[in-house]
Amino acid sequence: MCGTCGCAHQTITLEQKILARNDELAARNRDWLAQRGVLAINLMSSPGAGKTTLLERTARDLGLVLSVIEGDQETALDASRISAAGCKVVQINTGAGCHLDAAMVAGALTELDPPALSVLMIENVGNLVCPALFDLGETARVVISSVTEGDDKPAKYPHMFARADLVLVNKTDLLPYLDFDLARHAADIKRLSPAAQILEVSAVTGSGMADWYSWLLRPPARG
Amino acid sequence: MHELAIVEGVVDQVTTRLPEARIRSVRLEIGALSGVVPDALRFCFDLATEGTTMEGASLEITEMPGRCRCRSCGGEFSPEGLILLCPCGSADVEVLSGQELKIASVGVA
Repeated sequence: MCGTCGCAHQTITLEQKILARNDELAARNRDWLAQRGVLAINLMSSPGAGKTTLLERTARDLGLVLSVIEGDQETALDASRISAAGCKVVQINTGAGCHLDAAMVAGALTELDPPALSVLMIENVGNLVCPALFDLGETARVVISSVTEGDDKPAKYPHMFARADLVLVNKTDLLPYLDFDLARHAADIKRLSPAAQILEVSAVTGSGMADWYSWLLRPPARG
Repeated sequence: MHELAIVEGVVDQVTTRLPEARIRSVRLEIGALSGVVPDALRFCFDLATEGTTMEGASLEITEMPGRCRCRSCGGEFSPEGLILLCPCGSADVEVLSGQELKIASVGVA
């Protein structure tokens, strides 16, 4: 009975996590991937930071058949580019949705069926806010921060960078034309995620990409 | 706006747990460091509950303040904003509270 007005209402204590369903599915994805020895990277950035270009170059340089889940609100443009680079790809169009969730990834995994000991790239929806909250079951989180976006992005979008295992500072070939403070950018990332690694790359010229490949082939264990 | 997905998570959890109940009120605990904006949750609550057993329910949000412990100096502090920096200068901190995204309770008819 309601303690306030004596009516028949009743309060039921739930103490349940709101994202419990997503977290359960993410744990299932993580088990599924671990059983096959698949390394799954959740690749996040703002739109236009160079996620697809980085994946194209990575696949071509390493000669690896990557399995790729492409998340975009609309179109299969990125899936076509990735497919042309020789990768197996599934496009997810989220429509009004601003991020991928664990259920979408579970569906895509069934369709992609990545081979044992392979690399799965999950290219999240271009957005520095919403994808940060949703565990997909990935092995590691990689955030691309491109220098054309400005060096204040870690400070402005802290949730995204606080959960990053690796930050790739992309488009470094454009640094001579920009007022971008690499030291300030790195210091802000370290304040948010002391354990995060930072690598400077250009997916267009290939500069620094060897460090990314070394990381990818031997990523640190997640804490 | 990920808050719509968060509210859909609330509807999913509550209606699965209490499929027969008519829900009159919901109390959520949302941490200040969770990345979820209470006003945005309120904004989408009516939309997400429409046509469910939660339609018309009132929404109460308790905002949980952030609290951290520094692994360098051992002190506890309340972070300013989302940058978890101890007054001693260390960023190596453990979050004690403020990341909650929880359905605390519901009121049923």
